[in-house]
Parts: sequence; C-alpha cells; structure tokens
Amino acid sequence: MPKSVADARDKICSLGVGRALVVVCAAAALGGCSGGILQPQGPVGAAGAKILLNAVGIMSVIVVPTIVALLVIGFWFRASNTRARYQPSFVYSGRLEIIVWSIPILVIMFLGGLTWIGSHQLDPFVPIASNAKDPPLEVQVVSLDWKWLFIYPQQRIASVNEVVVPADTPVHFFLTSATVMNQFFVPQLGSMIATMHGMQTQLWLAADHPGDYYGLSAQFSGDGFSGMHFTVRAVTHDDFQHWVAATQQQSGPVLDRNGYFDLLRESCNVQPFTYRNADPSLFAAVVRDQLPSGPGPYVGRAGPGVRPIGCG
Amino acid sequence: MFGKLTLNAIPFDQPIPLVAGAFVFLVLIAVIAWVIVRGHLPYLWHEWITSVDHKRIGVMYTLLGLVMLVRGFIDALMMRSQQALAFNAPGYLPPEHYDQVFSAHGTIMIFFAAMPLMIGLMNFAVPLQLGVRDVAFPTFNSTSFWLTATGALLVNLSLVIGEFSRAMWLPYPPLSEYRYSPDVGVDYYLWALQIAGVGTLLTGINFVTTILKIRAPGMSYLRMPVFCWTALAANLLIIAAFPVLTATLGMLLLDRYLGFHFFTNSGGGNMMMFVNLIWAWGHPEVYILVLPAFGIFSEVIATFSGKPLFGYRSMVLATMAICLISFLVWLHHFFTMGAGGNVNAVFGIATAIIAVPTGVKIFNWMFTMYGGRIRYDTPMLWALGFTVTFVIGGMTGVLLSVPPADFLVHNSMFLVAHFHNVIIAGTLFGAFAGITYWFPKAFGFRLHEGWGKAGFWLSFAGFYITFVPLYAVGLLGMTRRLQTYDVPEWRPWVLAAGVGVLVLCGALFCQVMQFIVSIRQRESLRDETGDPWNGRSLEWSTASPPPAFNYAVLPNVQGGEPYWQIKRRAIESQQLTAEPDYKPIELPRNSPTGFITAFFCTITGFALIWHIWWLVGLGLFGAYVVFVWFAWRDREEYVIPAEEVARADRARRRAREEWLAQDAAREEWLATHAHPSAQPVGQA
Repeated sequence: MPKSVADARDKICSLGVGRALVVVCAAAALGGCSGGILQPQGPVGAAGAKILLNAVGIMSVIVVPTIVALLVIGFWFRASNTRARYQPSFVYSGRLEIIVWSIPILVIMFLGGLTWIGSHQLDPFVPIASNAKDPPLEVQVVSLDWKWLFIYPQQRIASVNEVVVPADTPVHFFLTSATVMNQFFVPQLGSMIATMHGMQTQLWLAADHPGDYYGLSAQFSGDGFSGMHFTVRAVTHDDFQHWVAATQQQSGPVLDRNGYFDLLRESCNVQPFTYRNADPSLFAAVVRDQLPSGPGPYVGRAGPGVRPIGCG
Repeated sequence: MFGKLTLNAIPFDQPIPLVAGAFVFLVLIAVIAWVIVRGHLPYLWHEWITSVDHKRIGVMYTLLGLVMLVRGFIDALMMRSQQALAFNAPGYLPPEHYDQVFSAHGTIMIFFAAMPLMIGLMNFAVPLQLGVRDVAFPTFNSTSFWLTATGALLVNLSLVIGEFSRAMWLPYPPLSEYRYSPDVGVDYYLWALQIAGVGTLLTGINFVTTILKIRAPGMSYLRMPVFCWTALAANLLIIAAFPVLTATLGMLLLDRYLGFHFFTNSGGGNMMMFVNLIWAWGHPEVYILVLPAFGIFSEVIATFSGKPLFGYRSMVLATMAICLISFLVWLHHFFTMGAGGNVNAVFGIATAIIAVPTGVKIFNWMFTMYGGRIRYDTPMLWALGFTVTFVIGGMTGVLLSVPPADFLVHNSMFLVAHFHNVIIAGTLFGAFAGITYWFPKAFGFRLHEGWGKAGFWLSFAGFYITFVPLYAVGLLGMTRRLQTYDVPEWRPWVLAAGVGVLVLCGALFCQVMQFIVSIRQRESLRDETGDPWNGRSLEWSTASPPPAFNYAVLPNVQGGEPYWQIKRRAIESQQLTAEPDYKPIELPRNSPTGFITAFFCTITGFALIWHIWWLVGLGLFGAYVVFVWFAWRDREEYVIPAEEVARADRARRRAREEWLAQDAAREEWLATHAHPSAQPVGQA
C-alpha cells in the first residue's frame, strides 16, 4: 500500500537533519535562478530533493569534521612545527579502531534506512496519491530519433516535443522507445526513467502549479541528442479541456501507421506540433515490437561521415 | 582487396582531426628519425622494446599513460570549449565530431591513461617492495604492455583513418549496434579494447601469481607493504572482471559482424543485458583504478609523516573488503531502468556500505599523520590534496547511491563531477604522487620540487574550479554529453568550468616543465644513496636506479617495514651489515615476443575493423607463429657473474657508508625519526 508522497515528505522532513542545509545549498548552488532539481514544482521532485538534501545533511555531520581534522592535523604536525609532539610509536589503538569502524557503519545504517524507505516510496512505478477530483491522466511516451512523441490514448490525440497536462493532477506516463535507449526527465517535476525498445516503463509525476517545465533526454542517443528536449506545459483543468478540444478540431496531421513511419525517420530540433487524431493501439504495437524500429542513419552506408538526415 | 577501406576513410573535409593527426604523425616521424640518425635504435631495441625487466616495463607503461593522458586532456579541452561556445549556437564541433570526442575522452582516460599509469606503477614498485628480482612471467609482462599499446595505437589511428566511436565510452546498444552505428567507429573501440583487454588480463594473472608465490624470504603476507596488498586486490579484480568485459564486447562484436541478436532491438535481443554485464565489469574497474592509488597514498603518507602506517591490519582488511563488496554494487549504474524498490534499495545500501572501509582508510591515513613529522614534498602534497578532495567525492558518490536522489541526478553533470572527483583525486593524484615518489628510484635523480608543487597547486585549484560548477549545473538539471544547449541558467556554470580547465592547462604545463627542468638539472638532483625520502620499504634499500637484478642478495625480512629496521640497525651500530657472499644471478633474457605479437595484433585489429579478411588471417597466423617460436625457445636465462654483482653492490654500499659517516645526515635522521624521545636539533 503506497503511502502518499506528501506524507513521506513530512516524515523525512521530520528527521530534521539538513534542513538548514536545504537553505544553504539552494542558495549557494543556485544563486536564485530557477529550473533545478532543488526547486521542485511537484510532489515527486520535492520528495526526491528532500531525500537528497537529507542525505547530504547526514553525511556532512561526519564529512565536514573529517575534512577539517585532516587539514588541522596536516598543518599542525608539519615537520617545521617544533611544538607538535612527535609520536612515531602511535601506530595502533584498539579503541580508535573501534571508533574508526563504527562511525561510518552508523552513518551508513542511518542512510540505509533512508535508502530503503525512499526507494519504495519513490519507485517511479508507484502511483501518487492525490486529492485531485480528476482521475490521473494517462500519457504514452515514445522516444524517437530525436524527438519525443506523446500519445493521449483517452483523448485520441498526440503531440511531439510538448506535453500538455493539467496541473495538480497525477500524470501516469507509460514509456517506451522506438529506437535506442533514452531517459525521460523533467528536472523540476522529479524522477527520471529509461525508455527502451520492446519494453514499457512507467512513471508518475504531477505539477503543483500551471507553468512550463523543461524536459530532456538524460541518456545520450546519437547525433541529434542535444535537440531532444521538450516542454511540459501544465495548465488549469479548464485550459486542458480546451486544449484537447482545440487539438481534436484542428486541421493537423493524423497519427496512424503511416504518420508514425514518417515520424520514425531521423530528424533533429523538431518544433512542437500536435496530431488531431491518434491511433490508441499504436503504443502497444511499438512495445510489442510489431512495428519496425527506427531505421538509423542512411541505412547500409558505412564509413566516415555517416550523418543523420536533416541534422546539422 | 581492402574491405571497407577506401580513400574516403581519410576525413579530408574535417580539418581538426586531419591537422591533429598530421601533427602527431610528423612528431612521430621526427622522433623516429632522431632515434635512427643518432644511432639510438639498438639501445632502444635491446634496453627497452624487448626488455622483460619489470622496472623498464613499468616506466614504459607510465609513459604511455602520461602521453594518453595528454591526448585525453585535449579531448576534455575540446568538450569544455565546445560547451562554452554552444549556448544557443552550434559551437565549432558538429555532433558527429563532438560525439567522437567525448567517447574517445572516456575510453582513453580509463583504458589508456588511468590503467597504464596504475599498472605501470605496480610493475615498477611491487617486485621491488616484495624484495624479488622480477614478476612471475616476465615475457608475459612485456606482451601485456605491447598489447595495451596496440589498443592505444588503434584508438589514435581512428583519428585519421575512418573515425572513432560515437556511442559513448561504454557503447550501450542498440545505439552501438550496426543499425544505428554503421560506421567503423564502434569497431575501432571494440577491437582496441579486446586486444588491450587481453594484455590487462595477463597483467592480472602475472601480478596475482607474483604476490602470492614470489616474495623475499620472510616476507609473509602481513609484512607486505600496503601497496602490495592493494595491488593484489586490484589484480584479483582484474582477473574476475575483465573476462566479463571481453565476453560482453564479444557478444556485441557477434551482433555487429555476424548478425547475432544478443542486444539488438529485433530478434529477441535485450539491451538491458549489455548494460547489466558491462557494469558487472565496470564497477569493479573503478576499484581496479583506485585501489592501487590507495596503496600509493598509504606508502607516501607513512613515509613523509615519518611514521609507520596507522592500523596496518585494518587497512589490509578494508582493502580486501572493498575488493569483495565492489562486485556487489554494479546495479547502481542503472537505477533508472526500473528495477523496482526492493532491488534498487538493496544495491543502494550495498553501495553505501563500500563507504565504510573507504572511510576507515581515510581515518587511518589521518591517524598516520597524527603525531608525525610531516614533510611536504610534492608526493605528500598530492596525498593530502587527495584525502580532502576524495572525501567530498565519496560523499557525492554515496548520495548517488540513494535511488530517489539518483533519479534526479543520474547521467547529469552532477554525476560527471562526482566521478571526476573520485578518479582525478584518487587515481590521477595517486599516479602523480607515485611518479614523484618513485621517480628518483627509477632514474637516480629527483623531480624538481618547485615545478612539481606548482603543478600540484594548479591541479588542485583547477580541479575545484572545473568541477564544482559542474556539480551545480547538474543540480540545475543539465545532462551530460550535450553538444548544444539553450537553458540560460546553465551558462555561467559551463563558462566557469571552462575557466577551470584553463587552470588545469597551467597544471599540465608545470608538470611537463617539471620533467624537462629535472632532466636538465639531473646532476644537482642526483640521489646518491638510493633513499631520497627516508623510506621504509625495501625498494629504498637498493641503489637508484636499481641494477637489473634489483637486489644483490635477496633481503631476509624479519618484520614489517623491513628497510626501516635495516636502516635503524645500521645507524645505531654505525655500520652496515657484513658484506654478503656474492653469487652469480640468473635473469630472464630479453624477448621481442611481446613487441612482435603486438605488431601482428595491430594488423589483425586493423584488418578486422575494415573487413580486410585476408589480412586478418595473415595477422593471426603471424601472432601464432611468434607464440610457437617463443614456446620452442631453449635459452631462457642469462647469468650475471658474481664479480659484476659484487661490483654493483659495493658501489651501493660505499654510497651508504658515506652517508652513514656524515654526522649531519645521521643526526638529522636521529633527531626526526629514530626515537620517540629524540629532541629536534638544528633549526629548533
């Protein structure tokens, strides 16, 4: 029975360790700019960031004094310091050995607890508990060379390189790849997950507020990889309904098998666009390897200078 | 006739690799011409290329590592400068070139810089520390080196003939499959690593055998210096892990060459198995690189603190614990593949557990310094810089082992910063510490302290200026391997890292100057006694550079830190031990086996990459003939007559006696090292 992420967040937060560090790190590392994983905009990202900072806090308790001690000892016992006592026979101490082994063990036991609880609560496949009145939105994600395809099976529409979702509503992503491996990652919303050919992974995310969130592939996938980013546009419930209706009624392309084959070819820096109609069985066919996978660069041609079509 | 190889293979349209390749080619031709014109070729052939002396092989390994380190660093410069220029702009490297650069950077740094540096230092120091004359299989050793050099050669050949892999330093399928990488780049990578991997495996077998079976009389396991223990652990890991790498890459080769479906998208292939297997090798590999460095730091910190290592048995235990646990954690490299809570948590916790023995080591180094008289010569600076920096890298590593945290920073610049943090501070600082520490032993003169210290401080500062910004930009969501980007928040950090890498350029300059200046001033830096650092282990008891036979008479070890005891006895009794009865010494004869085998392997590898099948057959046949010819040899050893041994050893003894007779030197030694109760004199 998965607990709500908000509960987990409070629970972990109540450990208290590293709360001050949250402020310090955020200030130091970010200097007030936005967009990082330490400024999460959803429950998954917030819980992950909290675990990250708590782990830093727990370890800092031992790491910071160790660094200070290393520097102080190194400085004090320099050969030129005549006030330092030379103790060449200080080579073993049972008591110190016990301390030396137990401190890291205790830290790791503490951290191990955090790891165990966190790994289960934030498993990407585990649904987010939510008070939202709407049921979770299902989105199927296919990574292609080099763009992201988002299929809304219930709405029977699809989009490329931009995914519009209602804010404050859990989104249930089903992910696969039509080509090589990629990682689906929206830093401000939280956890990333791999997309692989012939396999389906799942990810639950939610955005707290309307806004545009930067998404990218976090797994190098070939020459057009750098352009393989997308936007998560979180909008209000009403705006989402309007967007769905408008997309369905536009005069854009249709995502059927032929439309999919067009998309399958390599292309870079693709501007976002939508499909007014999408075949809801397409995703399952991709996962089950019933459709050919991405053709790759200039099929069959070898040698230097193999370049992707339509890139650079 | 030439398979896939045509004139098109030479990238005439790409100025950067062509100019770089032409430059390297010209330098190479110039060096070879100089060697031939000055008549150094016979010397080079007899004393180095065909040498089976572990010291010479160690030096050649280290040299290879340093040269490839520079090559890898140039790649790093290109990556940093590309990213600095590539905000909302294409930069100067197109993707198909940039992707080769980062793939080559990782491959070269791990396989042809870090590995040769560590193996080189092990080669040089381990037999000396064990008090023996050579490794167990000297000709194997030479073959190992030349096979590694073959791999390095093939990787660099790809600069001008064809291209290198664009599929990352670990070629994840399906990207590395023929469908998505139909060019020869991945084949260059695979064959270079397969050939070099054989060499590395032979090294592992060689060193495990040496350490387990060949030690000086009385050198029991718990009297071995910690460097020998870490070398043992690293080589056990090589033996266990490298076959996994060879098998995994072999399966990928079958996919690419013969249409198998181990890891393909279609035909029932499963790319997750590749990721799983490659990291089953990859994680132990991390410890293969860092354990010997831990050993070097243990030697350096004890020597320059003027104290034995604190908690020796604990250190040994920690080393062997790391050796074991390093095989139980590989899944943390792919938490985001969706294994589920239980699996991720178990491997996350196992990963964190490695921090325990590592932490113990840090504390023990700290207590070794505690109560010492620390001399800050260059090796000690590297060691202290390592301890401080490595602690930070260890912390970010444990952070990455917490799966929910990893979900946010996996494959990000934060991860890049983390592993550079541990590999640079651990392996690279360790290599520099080891090179400065053992250089006088290898060549008979010290390295210049001024340039060495400047090199350290610039490396230390440059490391932080480069990688702290990368930690930060990783927290801002920047992933690795981006050729261009359009997020304005990332830009200042990327530029800062670019500045850091310029500081590291300065460090490189100082390091090069250190060698040039030291060689020019070698007379004033000469190490007469063979013990320039007031060392504690056996290698300091022989001359610098050591004779081919290392020790005139194998030392009789009666405890830990044997040379310290010998020295102490000599100083207290004011004389050396009685001159031993010199006997003739048998040593293995030089053999060109390794070099010629590697020559044929280079041909085989090149022919396989370009599908020139007749040449493959020729190369394999040649390598086999060399093997048969070596196996049928009837003269294995040559004898150094007793008079020559005596002459060499008497010279060493004279230098020692002179040192012993110098009151000042003796008093300094007594004051700072001999007795806990001794009062400092002189500057006190």
